[in-house]
Amino acid sequence: MSRKYKIILYVLFCLATVAYFVWFLKTNTIAVLDPKGIIAHKQRDLLQITTLLMLIVVIPALFLAFFFTWKYKEGKKSKYTPDWDNDILTECIWWAFPSVIVIILSVLTWKSCHELDPYAPIVSDVKPIEIQVVALQWKWLFIYPEQNIASLNFVQFPEKVPIDFKITSDAPMNSFWIPQLGGQIYAMAGMSSELHLMADEPGTFRGCSANLSGIGFSGMSFDAKALTAVDFESWVESVKASSKTLNFESYQELVKPSENNPVSIYKLETQDLYHQILMKYMPGN
Amino acid sequence: MFGRLTLDAFKHDAIEYGAGVMMVLSLLAVIGLLTYLKKWKWIWEEWLTSLDPKRIGVMYVIVSFIMLFKGVTDAIMMRVQQMFAAGDVAGYLTAPHFQQIFTAHGTTMIFFVGMGVIFAIMNLILPLQIGARDVAFPFLNSLGFWFFTAGGSLMLISLIIGNFSGAGWVSYPPLSGIQYSPDVGVDYWIWSVQIAGVGSLFSGINFLVTIFTMRCPGMTFMKLPLLIWSILGSLVLIIFAFPILTATVGMLTLDRLLDMKFFTSDFGGNPMMYINLIWAWGHPEVYILILPAFGIFSEVVATYSSKRLFGYVSMVGSIIAITFLSFIVWLHHFFTMGAGASVNAFFGIMTMFIAIPTGVKVFNWIFTEFRGRVRFDSPMLWFMGFVIVFVTGGMTGMLLSIAPVDFQVHNSLFLIAHFHSMVIGGVLFGFFAGFTYWFPKFTGFKLNEKLGKLAAYLWIGGFLVAFMPLYILGLMGATRRLDHYDSSTGWQPLFIIAGIGGFIVSCGIAVQMWQLWVSFRDRKQNKDTTGDPWDGRTLEWSTTSPPPIYNFARIPVVHDIDAFWDRKNGKFPEQKKPYKPIHMPKSSSTGFIVGWLSFIVGFAATWHILWLGIAAVIGIFISLIVHLAEKEPEFEISVAEIETIEGHV
Repeated sequence: MSRKYKIILYVLFCLATVAYFVWFLKTNTIAVLDPKGIIAHKQRDLLQITTLLMLIVVIPALFLAFFFTWKYKEGKKSKYTPDWDNDILTECIWWAFPSVIVIILSVLTWKSCHELDPYAPIVSDVKPIEIQVVALQWKWLFIYPEQNIASLNFVQFPEKVPIDFKITSDAPMNSFWIPQLGGQIYAMAGMSSELHLMADEPGTFRGCSANLSGIGFSGMSFDAKALTAVDFESWVESVKASSKTLNFESYQELVKPSENNPVSIYKLETQDLYHQILMKYMPGN
Repeated sequence: MFGRLTLDAFKHDAIEYGAGVMMVLSLLAVIGLLTYLKKWKWIWEEWLTSLDPKRIGVMYVIVSFIMLFKGVTDAIMMRVQQMFAAGDVAGYLTAPHFQQIFTAHGTTMIFFVGMGVIFAIMNLILPLQIGARDVAFPFLNSLGFWFFTAGGSLMLISLIIGNFSGAGWVSYPPLSGIQYSPDVGVDYWIWSVQIAGVGSLFSGINFLVTIFTMRCPGMTFMKLPLLIWSILGSLVLIIFAFPILTATVGMLTLDRLLDMKFFTSDFGGNPMMYINLIWAWGHPEVYILILPAFGIFSEVVATYSSKRLFGYVSMVGSIIAITFLSFIVWLHHFFTMGAGASVNAFFGIMTMFIAIPTGVKVFNWIFTEFRGRVRFDSPMLWFMGFVIVFVTGGMTGMLLSIAPVDFQVHNSLFLIAHFHSMVIGGVLFGFFAGFTYWFPKFTGFKLNEKLGKLAAYLWIGGFLVAFMPLYILGLMGATRRLDHYDSSTGWQPLFIIAGIGGFIVSCGIAVQMWQLWVSFRDRKQNKDTTGDPWDGRTLEWSTTSPPPIYNFARIPVVHDIDAFWDRKNGKFPEQKKPYKPIHMPKSSSTGFIVGWLSFIVGFAATWHILWLGIAAVIGIFISLIVHLAEKEPEFEISVAEIETIEGHV
C-alpha cells in the first residue's frame, strides 16, 4: 500500500471515529452535561468555562510539538543551533502564560467552592424538604422525617423545591451521587454529611453510590424522581396508608447485608431513626 | 499449627485455578531451563547475590516486566467483564473476584511496576551518569531489591493460597477493617505493601546518599544531568512519604490484629484519618513515579534533537517546585468528604499551581527541538505519544482540581481516564522511551527499530481507543469498579470500544515481546561497538556497552552540563592518567536470604502462623548480624586486570 493511500485511510478512519462520537453524544443522555437541577447546571458551566480557558495553553503546546518535530526533522536543512539553550524572554513567556491562566482559574475555584459548597443551602422562597439518606449494605434508605415515611432504593421529591439531604452510612463508606442534579458527597458511619440539590423540572434521574463498599456495590443504583408538588403530596398520602412500617426493630432486619433489593416504601414509626443510626457509633451506645 | 490456613484456602473457581496453574508452570519452566542449561551456579553468583547496581537494575526490569504482564492481564479481564456484563448478562466474573482483580491491578501497577521501573532506571543509569563506580550502600540496595521482590511474590501467592483484598488499592477503612473484610485478602495487601514499602525506603536512602556523595569531580549540582535532578526530587519524596505509608498501614494492621480502633467508625476511631494519611503518601507517590519519567524525556529529547536541553535552570526550578507542591495537595483526592469550602479551595488552587512548572517543562522540551536536528526514532515517538496523552490528561486533572467540578466526576470513569493518562502516558511511555534508549548500553546491541515503532503506534493508538471513551462514560455517570451495570444506562457501546482499545494495547505488548526476541536473534547485526550508538551527551555513553563492572577505568572530570558531548567536540579532552587499582564490593547472599525470610514473615502474619513468623524474624536478625560482622566486603581489581579489560596490554 502506498503512503498516499495509507494517509487517506487514516484520515477516513479519524473522521468516522469523530462522526461516531458526535452521533453517540447526540443520541445519548450525557448526565453531567445534561443537567436538570440548578447545582448541576452551575457545575456543568464551570466545567465548560475551565475547559475553554485551558485550551488557550493546550492547543499551542500541541501544535508546537508537532510543528517543531516536523520542521526540524533531520535532513530538512532547517536552521541548526546546537548550543542555544536559553532565552530569558521566551522562558518568561511560558512561565507567565500558564500562570495567568492558573490565577484566573484560582479565582474561579475560590468563588465556586463557596458558591457550590454542598453544605450551603440553596437560596429560594420555597421551604426546603429534608430527606435523610442512609447507605446500607447494599441499598439506600431514604427517610422523610417531616412526612413520616421512608423508602428503599427509590427517592421522590417535588420539583423546584430545595432538597436538604442529610447523609450517613450504616455500612462501609459510600458516596451519594445523582449526576443530573449535582455532585456527590461521602456517606460515612457515625457522621452526617449534607448535600443541597434542587430539580428544575419533573423527571427520573439515575442515582448511585460512587464509592466501593463491598460485593453488592454495583447494585447500589436507584431512581431519583422529581414530580409536581400535588403529585408528591398524593404519593406521601398513599405511602402513609401502606401496610409496611419501619421502626428501630424492623430496621435491624433491613441493615443485614443484601443485594439488588427491590424498591419498597414504609410508614415511619420511629421518628428519630436517623439520629439513632448515627448514635450507634457514638461511645457509650 | 497452621493458623488460619486450611485446605479451603486452595479452593478456587476455574479462572483462578487457571491463573495459578499458569504461574506454577512458568516457574517450573524457568527452573527446568536453568537446570537443563546447568546455569544455577552462574545465576546465583552473577545475579542473585550480586551487589553490582547494573545487575540489580536488570533484575528490577525483569521483575517489573513480569508484574506488568500480570497487571495488564488483570486490566484485560476487567475490560472483558465490562464489555459484556450489562443487564441480564452477569459476565464471567463474580463480584468478589472482580473486586480482587481491580485491587490487585492497582497494587501491582503502582507498587511493583511503577516503583520497579523507576528503581531499575536509578540502578542502571544513576551511577553511570554521575561518573561513579557504584552506589553509596551496595548491600542496602540489594536488600531493597529483595524486599521489593518478596512483596510482589507475596501478592502473587494469594492467587494460589487464599484470596487477595477486594477493598481497592488504597484499602479505605472501614471496608478494609476486620468487620467488613474478615478474610486474609486485606492482610495479603498489607504485608505485600509493607515489605515492598520498606524496600523502597532503603533504596531511596541509598540513592539519595549516592547523589550527594559520589558525583565525579567537577559535577556540581547545577551541572547534574536532568535525569539525576528528577531522580533527586523523586528520592526526597520517597524519604518523606514512605514512612507515612508504613505507619498508616501499620496502624491498619493493629486495627485488624489487635482491635486497636484507629480507623474504625465506632469507639472514637476515625476512618477519615486513614484517608488523609494514605493520600499524604499517595499523592507524592504519583510524583515519585512521574518525576524520573520527566527526567528520561529530558535526556531523550536533547539527544535525539542533537541540541542542548532548553532552559536548564527553569527545568531544575520546576522539579524543585513540583517536589515541594506535591506534599500540599493530598486533600484533592477527597474533596467529596465534606471539608469546608475554603479548605477545598486551598487544596484545589495548590493543585493548579503544579500545572505551571509542569507546563513549563513541556514547553522546554518542545523548544529543545526548535532549531535542532530531530531524529524521529522510536524514543521520540514515545515522547510524542507522551505529549498528546499527558497534556490532555493534565487538562482533565485541572478540571478535577476544582472541587465543584470534582463533585460531578469524582470516582467516575472520568477520573480513571485522567490518572491512566498520567501513569501510562507519563510513567510507562517514559520508561519505554528510556528502555529503547538505554537498551544497547547494557546488552551491547540495539533493539529492532521497525518493531519498536510499530509497538509504540499500537500502544499510543490503543491507549486512546481504550481511555477516551472512559471520559464520556464518566460524564454519563458511570462509576469506577462496577462489575455489572444496567443496560438502560446506554454505556455498553463505549465499554465495547474501550475493550477493543485494550486489545490493541495487548497487540502492542505482543509486538514488544517479539521485538525483544528478534533483536536478540539479530544481535550480531545490531551490535553497538562504540558504546555511543545515539550520539549521546552524558557520561554513560563514554564507557563501553555493556560497561565493565567498575563503569569507568578512570573517574571522569566534568566541566559543564553534557560532559560527554563536550568531550566529543574537542572541549575539555579526557586526561589520560595512569590506571589505579579499583575496589568493588563482594557479592553477598544476605539480601536474598533476608528478602525471602521477610516473605515468610508476611505469609505467616497473613495466616496468623505465630511460630513461623517468629522463626523468620529471628532468621532475619541472625543473617544481618552475620553479614555486618564480615570483615572484608570488598575485592580489588589490579591495574593489570583493568588494562586487559580496557583492551590494551
